[in-house]
Amino acid sequence: MSVLAGRPSKLLPWCLAVALGAALWLVTYAHLTDIADALLAATGLTRGTHLGEAVHFFLYDTPKVLLLLTGIVFVMGIVQTFFAPERTRALLSGRRVGAGNVLAAVLGIVTPFCSCSAVPLFIGFLSAGVPLGVTFSFLVSAPMVNEVALVLLFGMFGWQVAALYLALGLAVAIVAGLVIGHLRMERHLEDWVQQILAGKHTSAAAEGLDWVARFEAGWAHVRDIVGRVWPYVLVGIALGAGIHGYVPEDFMASLMGREAWWAVPVAVVLGVPMYTNAAGIIPVVEALIGKGAALGTVLAFMMSVIALSAPEMIILRKALKPVLIASFAAVVAVGILLVGYVFNLVL
Amino acid sequence: MKRIQVLGSGCAKCRSTVALIERVAAARGAEIALEKVEDMPTIASFGVMSTPAVVIDGTVVHAGGVPNEAAVTGWFGA
Repeated sequence: MSVLAGRPSKLLPWCLAVALGAALWLVTYAHLTDIADALLAATGLTRGTHLGEAVHFFLYDTPKVLLLLTGIVFVMGIVQTFFAPERTRALLSGRRVGAGNVLAAVLGIVTPFCSCSAVPLFIGFLSAGVPLGVTFSFLVSAPMVNEVALVLLFGMFGWQVAALYLALGLAVAIVAGLVIGHLRMERHLEDWVQQILAGKHTSAAAEGLDWVARFEAGWAHVRDIVGRVWPYVLVGIALGAGIHGYVPEDFMASLMGREAWWAVPVAVVLGVPMYTNAAGIIPVVEALIGKGAALGTVLAFMMSVIALSAPEMIILRKALKPVLIASFAAVVAVGILLVGYVFNLVL
Repeated sequence: MKRIQVLGSGCAKCRSTVALIERVAAARGAEIALEKVEDMPTIASFGVMSTPAVVIDGTVVHAGGVPNEAAVTGWFGA
């Protein structure tokens, strides 16, 4: 128990707070409909009217999504303390192409990642002997398949859609990495990167963490993510509520419906210049789906916005020559296109 | 006097890290020379994989986020 010896005075309060929080969370989550009914009754509205339906939808979905988000983000904040980039790199170095790509894509979900440190991470992986293609599997998966996207998809469209997004997102990351690895593009790294890779690499010592630090990290993650994301969630649900109550179904069906084959590529291209996180895109997704747009088209748009953003390309451009950047974008774009079509076929 | 470098490409967390270090150093009366490093090759040459990272007199002491206040206080001799 030596890891716990550091700050025992803070550990007990944390354990109690987490247990109490979890209990409250479960009770609230189990009574979402009752809460929405009671709140609706307090406003004097009844279900069955346009306004009543819209308000009830909002009162039910807002606590549900915020609860899910807070819970999952807290847990992920703790999980991420076990997967510092250095650890992930150690797990990946020396892996073969293939199994390495699969592992890299999966680790992309649990390793903390911010596009602002994409370049040092990229170099750190390569300098430890992680193959280029495996590194790219990680770089595609890390921003695209994240807990916020999965929670919001689960909360708004059900677990099937979330699971499909998870599976297809991982597939895109794995295949894109395999293709890029196969193209042997190591010479298209910028010269200064190649020089660093030729030399020896230093490594920062991992900081030892006790459970107090892990709980604190989880809570910091909640404040950071939920604090940034909640306005988008509210707007998204309000839009969804409005659509739910008022807009006739299949409004968008002719434009972005399943039959419009060209809608998927258009969605992917539209997504590139946009840069936002998973939560920022959800209001748009909600609005489009509510009006009858095909799910595959909308998810392709969502993946494109998150994984193929122009600003991230600009950041990566510091380490990659144009040929490699272009190949990266092209391979991922093709993957997302396929995902869009597969979704539209399956659902 | 400690030579402190904050590595990071100019994101919000890097700015809060600089502000935190300045505040704690001032509060403890520690003399520091603080430098912000935004140049990618230099950042990469330290071997860090996530930013913001903190380097004191050439040694990486922290990487991957805003350090907590207790840690920063520890750097200036608790």
